[in-house]
Amino acid sequence: MKINREEVLRVAQLAHLELAPEEVETYRGQLDEILAYIGKLQELDVSGVEPMTQMRPQAAGGPHQGSGMAAGAEGATAAAGAEHELRDDVVVPCNVAEAVLAEAPDAAKPFFRVPKVIDR
Amino acid sequence: MSAAPAWTIGSVRDALLAKRTSARELAKDFYAQIERRNPQINAFLALCPERAYAQADRVDAAIAKGQPLGPLAGVPVAIKDVISTEGVRTTCGSKILENYTPPYDATAVERLETAGAVILGKTNCDEFAMGSSNENSAYGPVRNPVALDRVPGGSSGGSAAAVAAGLSVVALGTDTGGSIRQPGAYCGVPALMPTYGRVSRYGLIAFASSLDRIGPFATNIADAAAVMSVIAGHDSNDSTSAAVDVPDYAAEMEQSLNGLRIGVPEDYFGAGLDPELKAKIQTGIALLENLGCKRVPLKMPHTDYAIATYYIVATAEASSNLARYDGVRYGLRVQGDTLMDMYRRTRERGFGPEVKRRIMLGTYALSSGYYDAYYLRAQKVRALIARDFASAFEKVDAILTPTAPTPAFKLGEKTADPLEMYLADIYTVTGSLAGVPGISVPCGKTAAGLPIGMQIFASHFGEARILQLARAFEKAGGFSI
Repeated sequence: MKINREEVLRVAQLAHLELAPEEVETYRGQLDEILAYIGKLQELDVSGVEPMTQMRPQAAGGPHQGSGMAAGAEGATAAAGAEHELRDDVVVPCNVAEAVLAEAPDAAKPFFRVPKVIDR
Repeated sequence: MSAAPAWTIGSVRDALLAKRTSARELAKDFYAQIERRNPQINAFLALCPERAYAQADRVDAAIAKGQPLGPLAGVPVAIKDVISTEGVRTTCGSKILENYTPPYDATAVERLETAGAVILGKTNCDEFAMGSSNENSAYGPVRNPVALDRVPGGSSGGSAAAVAAGLSVVALGTDTGGSIRQPGAYCGVPALMPTYGRVSRYGLIAFASSLDRIGPFATNIADAAAVMSVIAGHDSNDSTSAAVDVPDYAAEMEQSLNGLRIGVPEDYFGAGLDPELKAKIQTGIALLENLGCKRVPLKMPHTDYAIATYYIVATAEASSNLARYDGVRYGLRVQGDTLMDMYRRTRERGFGPEVKRRIMLGTYALSSGYYDAYYLRAQKVRALIARDFASAFEKVDAILTPTAPTPAFKLGEKTADPLEMYLADIYTVTGSLAGVPGISVPCGKTAAGLPIGMQIFASHFGEARILQLARAFEKAGGFSI
């Protein structure tokens, strides 16, 4: 067994999910089956492999050439830092507060209202 | 499936310029069709006739004045309900966003409208795009217009079904692990997942940020190319969109195939692939050989690990992205005595079972004590899968595979077993993890009349190559092989 009842409850708590008692066993069984399948990743030797932490595809040899890809997984990851394009840090107007608050379940302009958090 | 002749972007333009119809009349005809067929198919979750007719009138006014028309002028389109539309309810197929109306348009939507497209409404999908059959929608499943007892695929099932049933000329979907290509295959329409970063995701409600992409469904390759020309390209509102030039897809797709090397990886043709599909895909590949392509056998040894990798990476990202649904800023709120009670009750009531399952799986994979064994390892295997593609593209110009291991299955057939459902994406998640573009094109039907999809991958930003192969395949009759 990969995951027990207590772990399901712990994960649900971390994820801010409230599970009905009957859901706990259903999810435990399903997560157990999925994790057992995912266990196949342990078969592979990944020593020396850099994790692919982000996706930054690079165009190869010009903007729309179909053949030959310069950047493999390592290339794409290694190049990521250098290739990152940063926009200019300029202030632009962003008058959206009204529209955003209009979607709030409970707003008291200019705030979102929630149950009391701090007891005095 | 529809009785009326299928409209294309080209035939709409011709009809408008020849004044055989108006954009308003056309929109009206499509709404009439939707009213007739949608109760059965459930492809649309919301319609926006006011917005559609206002846009149609603008197009008609431009025609009357002889002004130049945008490339999609008057073309009725449908938008998957995970893509934001200003003033039009956007639910992501979830109860938690049942009453959510975005205050802005996604860039892809804005570009379609600027090009003259008429947005008819929002299409059904699996909740937060999580699913392979559209049965995870909180608003009921979509039925496959080709066979009503079957699923349309997922998660973009509504967009695929709408185009296949003639309820919109083209549609936008999103693909995270196969959610454009697999429903395209099940419903028998071309469906393109662009390169990661090719199309702006500003306004796309996030599921898994290192995987999510927006792309088109169409009835033919020229229409898919036309939509791509409109939606592709850098957007300053999306820092993950690429500053790479957009080619003239309509011109590029007509290039000769002579001498192109097409890779056929044996790893995609093993046990688990329906023999009837295998035979058709082989016939499809032979047709491309007849058109001048050179077939190259390939090995992509990490293919078999893609589903396991995907269900760690995607769920980990989802658990983080979906943390925002807490009842504070938008969507559903279920009151509680404390803030924490409110969060938990809102999420318990608002999310469906598959979304909760994936949030829990992702939270588990990221949690202390399991991070190295699951998440970090999955990221390393993802690098190996990307490397499989990189080495393949040193030898070939494109990779051909089946889109899915089976044709569309029956509603309810796989809902009891989440893992079995996940395996429907076994041939599509690889390209998602590697960031490369891929299309599913129709490749004949089974003896029972169910559509079969053939998948074509190209290297990063190789959409033109994909469209070129797909277009030649279409012209040579490959769709009905």
